[in-house]
Amino acid sequence: MGLADIVIKLVLIVIIFLISLVIAMYSTYAERKIAAFFQDRIGPNRAGPWGILQPLADGGKMFLKEEIIPTNASTFLFIAGPSLAILTACIGSAVIPWGQAVTMGGHTFDLQVTDINVGILYIFGVVSLGVYGVMIGGWASNNKYSLLGAIRAASQNISYEISMGLSIIALLMVTGTLSLKEIAEHQHGWHWNVLYQPVGFILFIVCAFAETNRTPFDLPECETELVGGYHTEYSSMKLGFYLFAEYINMFISSAVMATLYWGGYNYPGMDWVLAHTGPTIGPLIGTAVLFAKIFLFIFFFMWVRWTIPRFRYDQLMDLGWKVLIPLAIANIIVTGLWITFF
Amino acid sequence: MESLTNRKKVLESKPLNFLERAYLPAIAQGLAITMKHFFKKPVTISYPEEKREYSENFRGLHSLKRDENGKERCTACGLCALSCPAEAITMIAAERQKGEEHLYREEKYAAVYEINMLRCIFCGLCEEACPKEAIYLDGPHVASDYLRKDFIYGKDKLVEAPLNQ
Repeated sequence: MGLADIVIKLVLIVIIFLISLVIAMYSTYAERKIAAFFQDRIGPNRAGPWGILQPLADGGKMFLKEEIIPTNASTFLFIAGPSLAILTACIGSAVIPWGQAVTMGGHTFDLQVTDINVGILYIFGVVSLGVYGVMIGGWASNNKYSLLGAIRAASQNISYEISMGLSIIALLMVTGTLSLKEIAEHQHGWHWNVLYQPVGFILFIVCAFAETNRTPFDLPECETELVGGYHTEYSSMKLGFYLFAEYINMFISSAVMATLYWGGYNYPGMDWVLAHTGPTIGPLIGTAVLFAKIFLFIFFFMWVRWTIPRFRYDQLMDLGWKVLIPLAIANIIVTGLWITFF
Repeated sequence: MESLTNRKKVLESKPLNFLERAYLPAIAQGLAITMKHFFKKPVTISYPEEKREYSENFRGLHSLKRDENGKERCTACGLCALSCPAEAITMIAAERQKGEEHLYREEKYAAVYEINMLRCIFCGLCEEACPKEAIYLDGPHVASDYLRKDFIYGKDKLVEAPLNQ
């Protein structure tokens, strides 16, 4: 690997980092706007045309707020919590293939930071590290609401990671690889995994809702029971980091779902398009398709948020352990039988 | 017991069938309902630019009326202050001098007329009590302000604008 390659990778990392931050920023705006539309309202419309400068105003507000660290909080961990949350949210995007290799001026650029052969396991590892940010923050606040929220987050993530992992196993049996790049290549054209693994996809998306702490599984921060959950004591940009981490997680999990099940950057008729637009524009169209899928998933996250009420805690555990895990195991068995006999 | 009307509905609670227990069809139904709202026209009225019409019998800010010649109708009889259940109205009467006939209709007029908008309950009894048809609650609602003293509206704010200046 020469110096040029390293520079190209660094540039790619910076671009992906910026894109995730901008998308997270505008997810807050989209959330408010979409929530408003679902409730027959208009939503933020004062800052700039249609309120598109609202995220900047919110960010400025977050930065200028007074920063409070409770007297009895463990200061180091109190600061480490949100930092860890945003760090783990940001590094998940490293293994996602954003598109096919682009040829530009005689050079070929890979639109993936790194293609490790255990890509899915890496994402699982990062996601399970993500709960530490919530747990540490909730515990360090020295507040019973925060602690309860943190405990809920921990138990919820552990429960749903199991069925998430099991739902992935069936997918791995179909594709035969853990590398996200190869999984994406495997779904060339319209051979999307969701057509072969519909049950697996439903299991995965339910678990993704639980892992990102989104409604209907937003028990760690349910304001009706726990004031603010794990971020009750947080203020200023530390609170902003937690909220930001949630939106980045949403973006990353949408990207993972799009890559694993909905064909990533593949779309029907892509060969024809590639042949007609050349090796520079063609792959970028694939990337645009991937982003369209990601935005659709983010929209779905928000759509569900304004449709389904929050689960009760025992219902959450019932669903995780008594429904999703047996279903995931049955899915593995059926997939295995299918592969063996057909 | 037999019900007097036939409108009583007997509800039976059946155990949920498999599709209902599967929960997903119900979610799809819910998503369809929320999607219907997504495309509905918003009911919001963007307030400072757009204003909701008051109803026809809305009772808002008081105005002291003038007659067809632009003279003030009020004669400071005090019936409005007397009828006011919130005791929001005070006034000081004065006698009309020579040369002021174009300003006041009768020989007596209100030199000071004050309504405390924080006391007023907008019941409209002053309107009913007035024998001269001088006061009507036909304005908009009371604007917000910072100081209590600024809610005591005097004649400068209450009297109708003079006719065709």
